[in-house]
Amino acid sequence: MISRSFQAIARHPLLWPIVTLLLLFALDVAHRHDFLAITVLDGHFFGAPIDILNRAAPLVVVSLGMTLVIATRGIDISVGTVVAIAGATAAIVLADDPSRVGFALAAALGVGLLAGAWNGLLAAFVGMQPIIATLILMVAGRGVAQLLTGGQIIPIGARGYLRLGDGYVAMVPCAVWIALAAVIITSLLVNRTALGLLVRAIGVNPVAARLVGLRSSAIVFGVYVFCGLTAAIAGILTSSNVRSADGNNAGLLLELDAILAVTLGGTSLLGGRFSLMGTVLGALIIQTLTYTTYSIGVPPEATLVVKAIVVLVVSVIQSERARNLLAQFATRFAASSPATRARTEVQ
Amino acid sequence: MTGPLVLETLGLTKSFPGVHALSNVDFRLYAGEVHTLMGQNGAGKSTLINVLTGVHSHDAGEIRVDGQPVRFAAPLEAEAAGIRTLYQEVNLCPNLSVAENIFAGRQPRRRGAIDWKAIHTGARAALAQLNLSLDVTQSLDTYPIAVQQMVAIARAVSVDARVLILDEPTSSLDDSEVAKLFEVLRKLKQSGIAILFVTHFLEQTYAISDRITVMRNGEREGEYLAKDLPVDELVRKMVGDVPVASERTRSALKGEAAATAAQHASPRFDMRGIGRRGAVQPIDLTLEPGRIVGLAGLLGSGRTETARLLFGADRADTGTITVDGKAVKLGSPRHAVMHGIGYCPEDRKKEGIVAALSIRENIILALQARLGWWRPLGRAKEKRIAEHYMKALGIRARDIEQPIELLSGGNQQKVVLARWLAIDPKMLILDEPTRGIDVAAKFEIMDRVMQLCAKGLGILLISSEIAEVLRVSDRIAVMRDRRKVAELSGDELDEHAVYRLIAGGQA
Repeated sequence: MISRSFQAIARHPLLWPIVTLLLLFALDVAHRHDFLAITVLDGHFFGAPIDILNRAAPLVVVSLGMTLVIATRGIDISVGTVVAIAGATAAIVLADDPSRVGFALAAALGVGLLAGAWNGLLAAFVGMQPIIATLILMVAGRGVAQLLTGGQIIPIGARGYLRLGDGYVAMVPCAVWIALAAVIITSLLVNRTALGLLVRAIGVNPVAARLVGLRSSAIVFGVYVFCGLTAAIAGILTSSNVRSADGNNAGLLLELDAILAVTLGGTSLLGGRFSLMGTVLGALIIQTLTYTTYSIGVPPEATLVVKAIVVLVVSVIQSERARNLLAQFATRFAASSPATRARTEVQ
Repeated sequence: MTGPLVLETLGLTKSFPGVHALSNVDFRLYAGEVHTLMGQNGAGKSTLINVLTGVHSHDAGEIRVDGQPVRFAAPLEAEAAGIRTLYQEVNLCPNLSVAENIFAGRQPRRRGAIDWKAIHTGARAALAQLNLSLDVTQSLDTYPIAVQQMVAIARAVSVDARVLILDEPTSSLDDSEVAKLFEVLRKLKQSGIAILFVTHFLEQTYAISDRITVMRNGEREGEYLAKDLPVDELVRKMVGDVPVASERTRSALKGEAAATAAQHASPRFDMRGIGRRGAVQPIDLTLEPGRIVGLAGLLGSGRTETARLLFGADRADTGTITVDGKAVKLGSPRHAVMHGIGYCPEDRKKEGIVAALSIRENIILALQARLGWWRPLGRAKEKRIAEHYMKALGIRARDIEQPIELLSGGNQQKVVLARWLAIDPKMLILDEPTRGIDVAAKFEIMDRVMQLCAKGLGILLISSEIAEVLRVSDRIAVMRDRRKVAELSGDELDEHAVYRLIAGGQA
């Protein structure tokens, strides 16, 4: 019995993301004892965990879209670019007339959908390799964003728009609420409809999926569109948070962080099984890691190396082989524990 | 002729989560003998081989090579001990030359560079040992599967092999190719190599074996000399107490089918001049409710290609399909499914099952695909459907949540069948539904198929086993060289006639 539950824990797919996150928290607490303390300041919550959640919000949202794309055996490396385009679109609309916040949002989301549709068209219907299909938008889209902003950083002053990035609702940052809503809506979409099953079927065996009469291309297309939408939301959050749209740097390398978040969360890049919760944890790990390296005083030039090492360790531990070894170890540990020994002796 | 004991297992035991794959198995393999391992799917044959070749490690018991206990942690260790294995599919690189394939990973070198001359002469010598002469510089894929298999054997035995394990090597070969393979095996046997052979074909077992070990439910049922074990006895030992439907109930079912067919509402499917360049010459075929139409022919005769055209898996460039006289367009599997056609593909692993998903998910997949993603069946209903078919088709598994990849071939096939039954089909296309499946499960599956037919379903059956096609079909279309050469029905349904047509003669 004991060994059974040990094994179950050792093999649980979310074990290592959770352990990693807790270890990072422990490190932070050791360094600053009030790390987990949350106080009320200016009428809203304040503290390191809130800050991490707030900053992780855009990455969490993008990673949701990325998870579904990867589950269909695809990948979308254009999300960083879409973040920049969406932010630029909103900024241009607002520069014209700061009162048209609703229209700015709609335009930004619309651009995201369009970008996703373009990717989906190439990947699902034209049949290009997803990495190549989205590479086109990744490179060309950056140019589009720069063209939109005229190579300048466009400041955003519209109050209503800025609230999304640095405002609060019920004492919690708006961005956190938006990310939470995105997580809930996505998991409802995946679990309450048959989408999750069909996406997994396509990811595991695309040939069989086609032969059961599944409209694989349409579903894959839809998944890329959804990913574009999540990137646009992230673009809105980012541009609102920094109060400007920067065609050159907004969302730069975000696609890699999103892919990393998905992998850290235990979703295989080979498609098939995926875990939205794992992805959320993965995104939080990345943000906490960034926070931790700064707060414990790792020199800025070394942060990327530290990040790389942590990611390497977590990825190795998560591999099938390491997990099996650990499960075996857990079994042996349980077998030699006093309780089991007593039982064996009775027999 | 029998030499010393080479490989032996004592009380070998291996379990997987929830299954005792092997319990207490004793097995002996002598030099200079062909020893055939027989048993139904799930009897433990594959597990035994996997343990012997170091793919899995055993939980208890002992493996001995030349009397010395050994334990293989990896396939390479087994290979180092002289145990070579050939799996069902040829595991070579089709794009490399024959010689490169034989020497891949152990190329002879001269002054640091690969010695091509030595490779080519060595390859020719290795093939000559098997009485084969090929142009070894040609790439492997220019040769037929059977020859590729010989090359794989040549590779396996070219360096001090003691034991050669062949896991269903004949499943993709035709009769003459099998004969050639057996010639090679006999030659190897004479040179003192111990051969462990796994097959589902009874005739082949008797054609080649000296000794037979029968496995059942992970245990060794017994070891026999082939000459002392009559074939019916062998089948009984493999099957155990599972009842096999008798010939009489089969014919009764058929009669019933004929009676109900007329009244049933299932549509008639007419293919007129359906063809596709490079795949099938235009073909006419009619499928009616309550009738089984068999497609007989050799591999590559266009059987599977015809099925794929009918199902819309490939697009036909000529011809029309009508359902009850109304012309329909079957441009994709989705269209076919919407018209109530189901298709169990030939390659179950690659095209049928969705490996990592559970039995439940595999069963409801086609139904859910037809409903669309926004209308989920819901857990409760999925569970009901899956459990219903698990019981109705006798799918043996721990529960409906078990991943389908852990089931034996026969049970996987039943799940694929259940997937189509769940959409309440009007017609089923079964491409080699019993390939790689043991005798009892074969009968079981074919019995279900006949019951379905009796309920008014139209069925197109493709099988390499002429006896199977003959036994169940109402009509048989014979294919040769990508065209339909004849259609037989009634009294014309005769084994010899079918063979003659396949071989190129007249009916």
